[in-house]
Amino acid sequence: MSRRPYVREVSKSRWFLGQPRYLRYMARELTCVFIGAYSVLLLVALKRLSEGREAYEAFLQALASPAGIVFQAVTLAFALYHTVTWFNVTPKAMPIQIGEAFVPGGVIIGAHYAGWAAVTVLVLVLAEAL
Amino acid sequence: MGERPVELEILRYNPETDREPRFQRYSVGCREEWVVLDALNHIKETVDPTLSYRWSCHMAVCGSCGMMINGEPKLACKSFLRDYVGVIRVEPLAYFPIERDLVTVIDDFMDKLARVKPYLIPKREQPVSDGEYRQTPAELKKFKQYTLCINCMLCYAACPQYGLIPKYIGPAAIALAHRYNQDSRDGGRDQRQEEIAATEGVWDCSFVGACSEVCPEHVDPAGALQQVKIASTVDWYREHLMPWKKK
Repeated sequence: MSRRPYVREVSKSRWFLGQPRYLRYMARELTCVFIGAYSVLLLVALKRLSEGREAYEAFLQALASPAGIVFQAVTLAFALYHTVTWFNVTPKAMPIQIGEAFVPGGVIIGAHYAGWAAVTVLVLVLAEAL
Repeated sequence: MGERPVELEILRYNPETDREPRFQRYSVGCREEWVVLDALNHIKETVDPTLSYRWSCHMAVCGSCGMMINGEPKLACKSFLRDYVGVIRVEPLAYFPIERDLVTVIDDFMDKLARVKPYLIPKREQPVSDGEYRQTPAELKKFKQYTLCINCMLCYAACPQYGLIPKYIGPAAIALAHRYNQDSRDGGRDQRQEEIAATEGVWDCSFVGACSEVCPEHVDPAGALQQVKIASTVDWYREHLMPWKKK
């Protein structure tokens, strides 16, 4: 009896196709492209602002164009997907044990949403005040 | 107890005669309460004695009968035929070389498992006369879920990173290393970190999370891996920002 193990090749470019679990993962990885693009947009906003009122208003107008709105809507959707999936896995990475029991995952996830809400309120308050 | 016809499409590979694996279809009458493993045993006993696969306990304890069932890593003894519609496709665990039919070569996993030292390395050896190494229920609970791992390797067959990077130590071995690192009686973390904090350790994990989703014992290897990442990062900062502090 001879051994001749058969090795199945894994496609480097198509491994995630046809498997919903891997597709969800790749969708999550893709979110970084949009979040990165939005970060660049914010930098451009700062540059336009430094160039004066006219440049900044032209920039705001570009944002309000159909293409600008579509980009922002798509980015928002991806950012939400990223955030929700990220918060959902936090109890795995940061389990908290008090005495014998572990703090329920929902509490840890909820704390992240509460933190998110608090930061949002703080930003809005600061924006109002300044 | 009813009987119903079941069609199985099983990947066959005979290293002595086949250049590559091929699917073979079997139509057999199966009982309503049977699992896929029962169907395989029935085929082997009554239709085709050459069919090869691993199994032992038939109760999801031994971890031998892991295979891909309709593309999902499953224990054949825990997969009820009644939960499937149409032809059931059975293949050897993904990402492992095929030895014969549904039997895979598991040497790679066994080697990695040994490398992470998944056993208690006491902080200090104490003589038997000193009694047992004691532990509180809270200390036990900290790692208990990881002790449920049965080394069935479903998590490896679910992990695309393992498929793409064969050197990656992988979910079960790292989760078991973490289990001992979390044990209050253990002092072997530094030895295990050599393996699991390396690039081929946790840093090849991209947190797909599939390992935890397919685990038949509801262990959470993905969680263990993220915790090891955090702990290793803290180590790095300690070492570089506070070099005067001993670990």
